[in-house]
Amino acid sequence: MKAEMLSTPSQTVGPFLSIGLTWEQGEFVVPDGTSGSFWVRGRLLDGAGEPVPDGVIETWQADPYGKFSHALLPLESAVEGFGGFGRSMTGPDGRYGVHTVKPGPVGDGQGGFQAPHLDVSVFARGLLHRIVLRIYFADEDEANADDPVLSALPDEGARATLIAQPDGAGAYTLDIRLQGDGETVFFAV
Amino acid sequence: MSLSSGGAAPTQFRPDPEGTHPPLLSPDYASTRLRAPLKAPVDLPQRLTELTGPVLGEGLVRPGDADLTRGYAEEPVGQRIIVSGRLLDGDGRPIPRSLVEIWQANAAGRYRHDRGNWPAPLDPNFDGMGRTLTDEQGRYSFTTVKPGAYPWRNHHNAWRPAHIHFSLFGRSFTQRLVTQMYFPADPLFGQDPIFNSVPEAARDRMIADFSLADTQPDWALAFSFDIVLRGSDATPFQEGGS
Ligand SMILES: [Fe+3]
Repeated sequence: MKAEMLSTPSQTVGPFLSIGLTWEQGEFVVPDGTSGSFWVRGRLLDGAGEPVPDGVIETWQADPYGKFSHALLPLESAVEGFGGFGRSMTGPDGRYGVHTVKPGPVGDGQGGFQAPHLDVSVFARGLLHRIVLRIYFADEDEANADDPVLSALPDEGARATLIAQPDGAGAYTLDIRLQGDGETVFFAV
Repeated sequence: MSLSSGGAAPTQFRPDPEGTHPPLLSPDYASTRLRAPLKAPVDLPQRLTELTGPVLGEGLVRPGDADLTRGYAEEPVGQRIIVSGRLLDGDGRPIPRSLVEIWQANAAGRYRHDRGNWPAPLDPNFDGMGRTLTDEQGRYSFTTVKPGAYPWRNHHNAWRPAHIHFSLFGRSFTQRLVTQMYFPADPLFGQDPIFNSVPEAARDRMIADFSLADTQPDWALAFSFDIVLRGSDATPFQEGGS
């Protein structure tokens, strides 16, 4: 017996999102000092290249062994304190940052694997619906080349919008461009 | 691993039908003009990353977080209300133990925020933030005060209808939703481009019902607001490769 119901429509988080969505330690997918941990940082930019200071970036990922937590089957990860979820409010300069570890291989549903990736939701004033992207890692050349999602994109330029670049020790960088030149590839899930 | 071998394989989620959500580019809401992506989104098949989601609550929801009228020296000023309802998926199934976050203006329409600076009074006894987890039946309940309308600079004499912001997770990344709850028969609906960005037939789903049954005599008025997240298809995801 299924009664199909229509979804509640989406609305913007508005300019005052930080009142409701700020979490202490929200940026920490894993605790500071976790072996192999790093920061993924970048700026959220609008169609004029201006920073978006009233946005929030949320990340979701597998642990280094490719395991996920789920409401139906909470994960006891071998990485202590790993929850899989990160949330970063953007700052006055549009900057976000999450402190995490690289996810392990995740099946692609067809016998192969996906390259290490974070699923990302972006919310902001002026976004009436969340938008979704993935963050991949530049030092995973081989896995990226075989990744079914990256491979399906039209060209290198499109792929590059999703690939975070190493930025010194213990950090990667990826700017998210909402609109215009270098617009990030966004997904419909 | 995992979900599939554990016998709890997550299922694929149906796309919402056309006419459910607002178009990202809704030029009457001026901030969308430079922020809405202009390229068509690329279809992302739902695999494990999309079909799983965080288990949230521990350390985030404290006792009392569902009552916005407590926690300060005095009670906030305003019409005391109870806002409650169920969190459901598109198949009518309740979603238990799921995080619900809300935020809102005070009774005068002022947010406690640096950018909220129009000349309406702040209320020292109200921060406008609430959190709770749904119970085993998917129910949630907040006690708060009715938010006021507030002006914004979108167009001449623009006012936001009274609303409460809601953030929902459901069970998976795919179900994540942020929305706003409105109050019945608000005369400000007609001039609000955010409310009206949603296709007309779907707007009612953002409006709470007044609930005489849930009012508390000599204490509080009540509104009920059920929230529906995406439903799932029958086909379970088969994980390959591990
Ligand atoms: Fe608001």
